[in-house]
Amino acid sequence: MSALSMTGHQVKYDLKAFSRNPRARVFTLATPVILLLLLVSIFHNNTIKLDGQELILAEYYVPHIIVMGVLGAAFGNLLVTIVGKRESGSLKRRRATPVPAAAIISGDVVTSIITALVIAAVLILIGVLFFDVKVDAAVIGVTALLCILSAACYSALAYAVSVFVGTVEAAAPVVQLTTLPLYFLSGVFIPSPQLPSWLNDIMSYLPVRPLGVALQAAFVPATNGGSRFDWAAVLVIVVWGVAGMLFAMRRFSWAPRRR
Amino acid sequence: MTTADPVDSPSTPKAAPAARPAGGPPGVGGRAAITVSGLRMSYGTYEAVRGIDFEVARGEIFAFLGPNGAGKTTTVEICEGFRKRTGGEVRVLGDDPATAGPGWRARVGVVLQESAPEALLTVRETLAMYAGYYPRPLPVARALELVGLTDKADDRSDRLSGGQVRRLDMALALIGDPELIFLDEPTTGFDPSARRAAWDVIAGLRELGKTIFLTTHYMDEAEYLADRIMIIAAGRIVASGTPETIGGRATDATLISFTLPDGVEAADLPDLPAPVTVEKNRVAEVAYEYPMQILGVLAPWALGRGCPLADISVHRPTLEEIYLRLTKEDGQ
Repeated sequence: MSALSMTGHQVKYDLKAFSRNPRARVFTLATPVILLLLLVSIFHNNTIKLDGQELILAEYYVPHIIVMGVLGAAFGNLLVTIVGKRESGSLKRRRATPVPAAAIISGDVVTSIITALVIAAVLILIGVLFFDVKVDAAVIGVTALLCILSAACYSALAYAVSVFVGTVEAAAPVVQLTTLPLYFLSGVFIPSPQLPSWLNDIMSYLPVRPLGVALQAAFVPATNGGSRFDWAAVLVIVVWGVAGMLFAMRRFSWAPRRR
Repeated sequence: MTTADPVDSPSTPKAAPAARPAGGPPGVGGRAAITVSGLRMSYGTYEAVRGIDFEVARGEIFAFLGPNGAGKTTTVEICEGFRKRTGGEVRVLGDDPATAGPGWRARVGVVLQESAPEALLTVRETLAMYAGYYPRPLPVARALELVGLTDKADDRSDRLSGGQVRRLDMALALIGDPELIFLDEPTTGFDPSARRAAWDVIAGLRELGKTIFLTTHYMDEAEYLADRIMIIAAGRIVASGTPETIGGRATDATLISFTLPDGVEAADLPDLPAPVTVEKNRVAEVAYEYPMQILGVLAPWALGRGCPLADISVHRPTLEEIYLRLTKEDGQ
């Protein structure tokens, strides 16, 4: 209870800081919205064929741009935030107080989850209002569940990768270099039927493509043999999350790296 | 006197409790806030701290001085619980900082050297966030008042001046109402008036019965604030004592100097109990433990000859001079 209320306390201030951060607002919130509007509009919301199933582009891009939103919030933004807080001495100073490490970390994770859910909601709303995407309670529910789970896993990866980033100046380029190629190769920008199948096979074992596949199944179950919940894809994300967590538990440091 | 100091330093704390009758909180008075014995710390083959002993009494301001690389930060971080030691015993508020839990953390405040403000939160929000970490925090308004930041409460903390940021750091260390506060170079980079203001804050904490462990590179700061000073060089304690007596400061020779009047050479001076040396610009210098015996001979001589010795100065060793001598001798 006390650890839980401490997390709530921390989330309140982390969200406040997030909402005032122009970098976070532009990169994490605005970029996915702009990309969804552009990608669907440029291609006139054509139909594409995916796993033998015809769907309109918006039905493809809404779940896949949600991937970008979740990764941007839970990995990209969090990685920059963690390195910034560590190198400014803010994390070390918090460790000088009685606050449990778990409350600081879960504060970050819950903030990522809330941000991811907000982005997903906005993207779905755009799809429904402007691009004929149909959703029901099941789509919303499974999407929310996937966003929560994947945001937690990507947060663990952010903690793990922060071990390799020594300065806050290096954090943003590291995010770009790791996420941008993954977006292209994992079917986020280019629909996966247009990518070589061997590439799709490889990418199915990295942490980004499986979320797109799982969210696609939530929106159009026919792409997953009629099942709304793609267990195999979810398993890949969870394995990455657990691996990231175990690595971070061994190697993460609270103290600034410099000096 | 300096080479023997690692041995005699443990004896110095005995003077401290008497010096501060106000003491610590009730029920724990008399026991030291910090006790360190035989502390050692090695990084690989390099031994940064080579067996040091000291005690900090409750309610005193204890200044810990030393050149960069002397083992100062290592010692402080061990006492703060940020670093595990290689050997020796450390007790801070009765617990071993290496294993102490959140209950101990709540009683210790830390102002880190390297901390930057929480970006994007206001001063008040930052303090409220930290207050939430503690079981019995001070009211935010009280912490603001203690460090003089009440006017800046609603400013974003990343838009404060350097001095204001350090005062916010201080408020963050105080918000949990700790018994013991570590201040690591709290006024580095301050202008003189901001420095004075910070000193008032720190002196005010002593009035509240807090124990302060201070590190600084400013000798005037240590002299103004500290009840006791300890100097470390090359991993060993080279001196400890009050600002007035440390390193033999109270008994060292006094330097008397004046410009020789025209037509007077060193040989024309009266017989003095110590030798006179003449520096450039005809400045005569005499160093002696009992300055009045020099002045007592010089004064009638000068008056009798009608030369005023208008620029005569009587100089006691400053803390800085003592510090430089001690850290130089043992610095290799």
